[in-house]
Amino acid sequence: MTALKVEGVSLSYGGKSVLDHISFSVDEGEFFMILGPNGAGKSSLLKLITGIERLHAGEIEIFGRPKKDYSARELAKVVSIVSQHAPVDFPFSVAETVLMGRAPHLGLLQHESTHDLALAEQSMSFTDVGQFSDRRLDQLSGGERQRVMIARAICQEPKIMLLDEPTTALDPAHQLKIMDLMEKFRQDKKTTIVMVSHDLNLAAMYADRLLLMRDGQTVITGTPAQVFTREHLAKSYDCELLIDKNPVGKVPRVMLCPEKFKNYEKLNTYHI
Amino acid sequence: MNKLMQREAVPTIKRFFLVCSILGMVLFISVLVGILNGSSPIPLRELLLSLAGDNADPTVNTILWKIRLPRVLLAALAGAALSVGGMVFQALLRNPLAEPYILGISGGSAVGAISGILLGLSFFPGVTFFSFLGSMLVLGTVLLLAGDQVSTRKDFLLLGGVMMNVFCGALIMFLISVSQGPEVKQIIFWLMGDLSMASSGNLALLLLCFPCFGVILVFSRPLNIILTGRDSATAMGINVRLVSTTLLVTTSVMVSLVVCQSGLIGFVGLLIPHFFRMAIGADHRLLGPCCILGGSSFLIICDLLARKLPEHGEIPVGIVTALIGAPLFIFLLWRSRR
Repeated sequence: MTALKVEGVSLSYGGKSVLDHISFSVDEGEFFMILGPNGAGKSSLLKLITGIERLHAGEIEIFGRPKKDYSARELAKVVSIVSQHAPVDFPFSVAETVLMGRAPHLGLLQHESTHDLALAEQSMSFTDVGQFSDRRLDQLSGGERQRVMIARAICQEPKIMLLDEPTTALDPAHQLKIMDLMEKFRQDKKTTIVMVSHDLNLAAMYADRLLLMRDGQTVITGTPAQVFTREHLAKSYDCELLIDKNPVGKVPRVMLCPEKFKNYEKLNTYHI
Repeated sequence: MNKLMQREAVPTIKRFFLVCSILGMVLFISVLVGILNGSSPIPLRELLLSLAGDNADPTVNTILWKIRLPRVLLAALAGAALSVGGMVFQALLRNPLAEPYILGISGGSAVGAISGILLGLSFFPGVTFFSFLGSMLVLGTVLLLAGDQVSTRKDFLLLGGVMMNVFCGALIMFLISVSQGPEVKQIIFWLMGDLSMASSGNLALLLLCFPCFGVILVFSRPLNIILTGRDSATAMGINVRLVSTTLLVTTSVMVSLVVCQSGLIGFVGLLIPHFFRMAIGADHRLLGPCCILGGSSFLIICDLLARKLPEHGEIPVGIVTALIGAPLFIFLLWRSRR
């Protein structure tokens, strides 16, 4: 079943086009990643899907139902988002933050039930933050904080989970931990994952399908093998990227090519 | 799950009622102490006699119910409104220095009140009305200037409010410098916060604070979520603009209602929210009731000291709140450093 369908979506800020007729669809339970250079419109796309940004042109369908037919709260029960930055200037504890994920399911004055507390506990142990549930957000490291925000999004019990560059600024161990978490979450709950990222190799290893963008337009949509070609990447990123096969996972592997390597004699024969 | 509850990391109902009942007791005792004490202390036995209604001394009756009770109630409501108002502004403007007067309410109401005093109006309704009018005018100007960016441009609100206060400050200095005689002392008392004008007549106005408390408490969970990011709050189904604007307007009106009767009592709105945030955390569902109950107790006690400390007459309550509050605040800051 199609979980998310984006059709002919455009967006502009003050006359400047940010998204230009973007169309793609994501199946239920799929790991879908959106790639592209800074300013390509990746985050704006996520904002349109969650209703942070108002949709003016085009159509977004979530599980076959137009997005505009969902109320804000109904949408929040289906789609959750992990934003790029979460402010930490107010001293909320980890457990309090994760419990906030239940808000769309609760009335304004309704207190969290034991069921909600149990869900929060589950999502905290799933992302491995249970051991510091009483710590304050500002006392955590970047990777720990990101896992708290993911726990909150999981606690929301979404069918589609959007993530905006969740691994940027994390060390390799934390990057892997977060990607593995999302993969496990997808397998356990059949949740659809839509992730914006700058890390081409993580995308090649984890994504089922990809959307490659540039200047608010689609370069190509497809599997990692289809998307990761020299032409596509050069068109999107405006720089030379070398591609071969990852010897372990049989997926494409992307390497940067600095100026000083460009005289390497076998460079042109390197590409697969 | 028990692990979670034991750590008191989550806002359980039990913790809510425990904290609220402790602070409720504190408030009850403060009210009692505030009513019984003053220039002539009244023993508890007399209060009980007067409550029972038989062979009570009419003088005692008058002191208790006509003079002290209205004053203690005004102190309680002013303390509650200023504390919870400070809490809301600190959250919405994401600024630890924000206080309930920050949108220009202090300047506007002061200019109004001083004009009223100089025109020789009676305190109630004259000065009170002028003061309320003044703060509403300034508040309206600031909100109109911010326009539909009220909920997004916090720096705009902050700077707009500060500038209005600066402008009003100049007007206040001008008015003081051209006036002489007994009005000057009256003006200074008003500017420092003065609860001596409380009477049962103007208390009715203060009842309007209760619906405002209600609005703030109802919106406390959305406020929590907004504080962890506006975008993610929107994505969680919260109408960020509606919540922020409602809280901003409700709180400002509530604070204006209090200020026009109590004068500019400083520091309560800064100290109490920070005190409880350090003590119980940032969850506004608990923080709100704490500020209401704790703030009212604090101001009742400060007002009692303002009445009791000097041998003759009394001092403005704002002096006491700052004298007690500032050292306490510095102590808290010093402790939180470790």
